[in-house]
Amino acid sequence: MPTRRRALLVILLLALVGLASLVVALAAGSLPVSAGDLGAALLGDRSTVAAEVVRELRLPRALAAFACGGLLALAGALMQVLLRNPLADPYVLGISGGASVGALCAMLFGLPLLLVNGGAFAGALAATLLVFGLARGDGSWTQTRLLLTGVIVAAGCGAAVALILSVAPENQLRGMLFWLMGDLSHAVTFWPALALLALGLAAALPFSRDLNLLARGDLTARTLGVPVARLRGGVYVLAALATATAVTTTGSVGFVGLIVPHLVRLAIGNDQRVLLPAAALAGGALLTLADTLARTVVAPQQLPVGVLTALIGVPAFLYLLTRSPRGGAS
Amino acid sequence: MTSLLSVRDLDVNIGSVRVAAGLGFDLAAGERLAILGRNGTGKTTLLATLAGLRAAEAGSVALCGESYEALGARRAAQLRGLLPQRHIDAFQSTVLETALTGRHPHLGRWQWEGREDERLAREALAAVDLAGLGSREVHTLSGGERQRLAIAALLAQQPRLYLLDEPLAHLDLNHQIAVLELLSRRAREEGVGIVMVLHDINLALRHADRALLLFGEGRTLEGPVAAVLTAESLSRLYGYPLREIPDGTGRHFVPA
Repeated sequence: MPTRRRALLVILLLALVGLASLVVALAAGSLPVSAGDLGAALLGDRSTVAAEVVRELRLPRALAAFACGGLLALAGALMQVLLRNPLADPYVLGISGGASVGALCAMLFGLPLLLVNGGAFAGALAATLLVFGLARGDGSWTQTRLLLTGVIVAAGCGAAVALILSVAPENQLRGMLFWLMGDLSHAVTFWPALALLALGLAAALPFSRDLNLLARGDLTARTLGVPVARLRGGVYVLAALATATAVTTTGSVGFVGLIVPHLVRLAIGNDQRVLLPAAALAGGALLTLADTLARTVVAPQQLPVGVLTALIGVPAFLYLLTRSPRGGAS
Repeated sequence: MTSLLSVRDLDVNIGSVRVAAGLGFDLAAGERLAILGRNGTGKTTLLATLAGLRAAEAGSVALCGESYEALGARRAAQLRGLLPQRHIDAFQSTVLETALTGRHPHLGRWQWEGREDERLAREALAAVDLAGLGSREVHTLSGGERQRLAIAALLAQQPRLYLLDEPLAHLDLNHQIAVLELLSRRAREEGVGIVMVLHDINLALRHADRALLLFGEGRTLEGPVAAVLTAESLSRLYGYPLREIPDGTGRHFVPA
């Protein structure tokens, strides 16, 4: 029996986990800051070295990681409902492919970081519009058609990325590869991602019971009074914006958007009223911790965070996939 | 008194198939209508049109005296329910959660299911012989149990008009009769209207007041079962000769 009380408990618990992940991200690093000093560094004197490191370097990066992890998990959960396919992720419709092409083109021409991000966002939106337009070609909009169009566009983008990598000068390759694997050291700003995460959740939550029905089929949802066409359009736009913003901020971080909704679903069920906020918080916490590991494990060398989420994600996903389905008598 | 469902001059096509042309009938509260026809004649399409989920080529459908446009999707969902032919379970869900989906049109945007909703859902589960299975995963149910769960969700919706697409699919004989008796009881005691697609003529004879035959190419026949279900019309309907065998209790049809 779904109850609001249980939902609030789950969300509160995950909010604490998220907060803890942010504390770890602020404290850990080549200059360890104890939990006690953290408060002083954040709120007190700005002039100490610890304050400078925490405020100028770690806080923006941790918040960017949290926001992007949250956005990717939210977009993944929405895509899984939209495509009614548990294997869908935010990138399945070619959004990250488009973003990669845009960002790598900008890098190839030696454009500054801001324009690389702009290129990524433009590429993501272009891919989104292309898939949306093609999938709607005949007016109908089946899951299979949307999925196939997305996969094909993503494949095309993959080829374009390979082409760019093969013609790019040697000295740009490393930056390109890091971008493709997802990397937070170039995160310029966290505000757009954090704001979109809050707005996106606020926009999706009122419709989360409608989404529960959409997951059970268009006919069932329409019979029960859900405006399916409008809802699907809204979900598509929100998931695409969330993915584009996350990819623009951090590059294509893999697996967060696929794994986190599944982990949350296994733990608490598929009620979108709990799943959406819970996945956002869990995704944020996971990416924050993964990024903290990425910059501390082999410090001063930094690993691309996408490598760590994938290293955690692949075994977890394989485990989920081969795990026997939850049966159970009552 | 306005009838529950009122159909006027209805033309329904799907692709190149003409389902109905100039179809008109009324369903009063407490009446049960069985729709019969061969595969692919558009029974499901007609049901969707009657549910206001699909626009007709021409004509009108009124539910409780109002068009679906005037009612709006939410009000319509409070008044009529549809049992689909297929049930999609892409994600995990418990039996109780699935039965509770029927409460959706009765809940506000921020409202959660309350005690009353849970009581209605549990009653509905008990009515279809699924009491005690509330916490089972939907995936673990048999085909017949899954079908009865979908009927339970429809009961929890508490519509005035039930539109059922092959409600007896996957059910054993015992449960076929139980479901038909349950629907008949609701019609008799609560005055709900029942429109159901059936393939069993003899069950239709016993559990429907009226019948609508879809012959294909837009030709239809609607009326009281006693008048509409004859050996002649049914032989024409299915393209196979049927014989009527009367006994002391009623009429029965068997393939000749």
